[in-house]
Amino acid sequence: MEEKTPVVEMRSIRKEFLDVVANKDIDFKLYPGEVCALLGENGAGKTTLMNILFGYYANDGGEIFIRGEKVELSSPKDAILKGIGMIHQHFTLVPSQTVLENIIIGAESEKGFFLDLNRARERVLELEDRFGLKVDPDAKVWTLSVGEQQRVEILKALYREVDILIMDEPTAVLAPKEVEDLFSTLKSLVASGKSIVFISHKLHEVIEISDRIVVLRNGEVVAERKTKDTNTKELANLMVGREVLERLKKKKAKVGEPVLRVEGLTVLNDKGLEAVKGISLTVHEREVVGIAGVSGNGQTELVEAIFGIRDYVSGTISVRERSLKMGKPAERVEVGIGRIPEDRIETGLLMDLTIKENLILENHTSPEFSRNGLLNHARINDFSDRLIREFSIKASGRETITKSLSGGNLQKVILARELSGKPGVIIASQPTRGLDVGAMEYIHNKILEEKDRGAAVLLISEDLDEIFDLSDRIIVMYEGRLMGEASAESASREKIGLWMSGVAK
Amino acid sequence: MIRQIFEISFITGLLGATMRMATPIIFATLGEIITERAGVLNLGIEGTMLMGAMTGFLVTMSTGSLWFGVLMAAVVGMLLALLMAFLAVYLGLSQHVSGLGITLFGTGLAMFIYRLHFGSPTVPPTVQPFKEVAIPLLSKIPILGEGIFVQYSLTYISWIMIPVVAILLYKTHIGLKIRVVGENPFAADTVGVNVNLTRTLSLVAGGAFMGVGGAFLTLAHQNMFLIDVVGGRGWVSIAMVIFGNWDPLKGALGALLFGFLDGFQLRLQALGFHIPFHLFLMIPYLLTIIALISVSRRAVIPAGLLKPYRREEKGG
Repeated sequence: MEEKTPVVEMRSIRKEFLDVVANKDIDFKLYPGEVCALLGENGAGKTTLMNILFGYYANDGGEIFIRGEKVELSSPKDAILKGIGMIHQHFTLVPSQTVLENIIIGAESEKGFFLDLNRARERVLELEDRFGLKVDPDAKVWTLSVGEQQRVEILKALYREVDILIMDEPTAVLAPKEVEDLFSTLKSLVASGKSIVFISHKLHEVIEISDRIVVLRNGEVVAERKTKDTNTKELANLMVGREVLERLKKKKAKVGEPVLRVEGLTVLNDKGLEAVKGISLTVHEREVVGIAGVSGNGQTELVEAIFGIRDYVSGTISVRERSLKMGKPAERVEVGIGRIPEDRIETGLLMDLTIKENLILENHTSPEFSRNGLLNHARINDFSDRLIREFSIKASGRETITKSLSGGNLQKVILARELSGKPGVIIASQPTRGLDVGAMEYIHNKILEEKDRGAAVLLISEDLDEIFDLSDRIIVMYEGRLMGEASAESASREKIGLWMSGVAK
Repeated sequence: MIRQIFEISFITGLLGATMRMATPIIFATLGEIITERAGVLNLGIEGTMLMGAMTGFLVTMSTGSLWFGVLMAAVVGMLLALLMAFLAVYLGLSQHVSGLGITLFGTGLAMFIYRLHFGSPTVPPTVQPFKEVAIPLLSKIPILGEGIFVQYSLTYISWIMIPVVAILLYKTHIGLKIRVVGENPFAADTVGVNVNLTRTLSLVAGGAFMGVGGAFLTLAHQNMFLIDVVGGRGWVSIAMVIFGNWDPLKGALGALLFGFLDGFQLRLQALGFHIPFHLFLMIPYLLTIIALISVSRRAVIPAGLLKPYRREEKGG
């Protein structure tokens, strides 16, 4: 393969952000008709490198050659004209508009003053046929499933006649069945002569779909392998830069009394549609119940209802026989629910306040920290210093502004706040999303420690590894319903995967 | 007195007044819709209208040409919109603060220029305003014809502009770009649409509409410039954008509703009820608030509104 001229060649690409070097003189080549995987942990610089190729970021150093010709890509438009398309992890679609409108917007082929939707529809349908990408061109995007939305993104790129396609973590939001469909689409694209960059940190997917793998770590290329000459273990070590730790050992424990009980819960989403449809579940002392499922199947609404920040239509939520009221988050603190929200920046923390202030958010009015309405700073300082030490939060001190912390340390601040009161119930929603391996290990261990202490833990995660590593019991959520339930020992990945795609039994 | 309300001349008069009072609001609402669809809230609307009113008046006064006055009012509206674009789009400042700043600036400047030219006359100078034009045949329809189809040219133009703006937004490439930029600027950028340029052009087009809306007040509705000639119509237009759910057709309907209420209260005043006229003046605004409350709960705001766009300077 090396004899062919690369269709993309990036030479010593450098990109610096305020305080970090995201790409340290990276060399990267893409050959025609191949799937090249760009493998690395979060923050390794994969997306940055590809955003440079897509003209979205300006590089601080280095050169780019497309089909042997040196190019300056100063905007995505330049890149598209050179035949480069990129599908971002967070889709760039307008939900309120139709599939067709989303596809044709800004395309070079669209000349004239008025929109010609009929001609565009024909072209889109032809592309759909050719690459097996079924989606209704006249549907509004918000009505589509995540998998369909991704197809719209691919169609958008194909409509612009790109022959280099960059896909940033395309499987992150897909159910196993949708991943299969995506892979067969990718194969037909490659068969028609297109070249694909596949950004991922999931080893088995990279092995399955790619021809060649480039591993990035801390902004540098650390290895390049032909897929047939490598294996997941080697790749894992290359990616992390050290021997990956053994799988966690969760202790088998006898579960205790039921603690958290949800019965017949029905919750509406922001659009007023039923997102959670009559769900019942129970979590016991010393038990981790994992809710698996592709995100967007009602998990967010379920968690928000339990947290007391979203009203529900019917059903009850109780902790140790005490029924909780709607819309009363303070009551959750009172009965001892530790809440780890899925979006640590939006709902978990106040980014402009100090670590210390974030740590006492929930109990600053308790007599321990306040007297006659005034904060007792001496006590708060002691408390903060203790938690920063205990949870090994890396920061210059308790007065550090929270937004300067890394993702892992942000999550540790939340953990410290939520676990400091030794809660009887812990709800952890996507607790390690976007974190590196080190922080992930730390959080996993903490959750297991809490369980051993006696807490009832409800874990909501899209990451099947995480679900299997931590849970005693696994529940799958699909379109607002519980598709199935299995003990961790009896559950197989295949069965859970099928449930996640909505296939029963 | 009540019986008078049901007389034909009252109804004809009310219809005519509705159309007249709605005209500046239709222009301004359409302008604001284009602007907001691209993701920029232009609170400079009130000041822009006043500058349009003053410019139209002054230019007509000195050149004798009403249409040249209207044209220059549009140009001044575009210039103020460019200032708004510089502040809110290119510098990425708060759209609220930039817009209110432009309204304060426009209000002060309009008064300043007026004073510079005319000093403080005891009797305000006047122009020969636009004359009403009867549309042949249509104006002969009993009751309705005389009310609706005997209007100023600018009123007819405002009607034509409603479908023009609707077609622009929904049926053209430019319109699609405007809507995508207003909903998801990131998506627009990744397909090669120049976000800031699109927003600037939308602001400029919207500014022209606002300027003309202002000029209508001094060149047709009245024949003189007074400092309070706009009288909150800019703010009403902002409300009409929400009332119309960012749709030109529904927004214009809202403007007509306001025009109707405004015409109605004027006529009630004229009937000579023994109630302070300020109470009548309040009616259209009060009902606007009520209409807004009932409709805007279902409103779908352009998702990119109020958000300045910059390529993100941090990545993974």
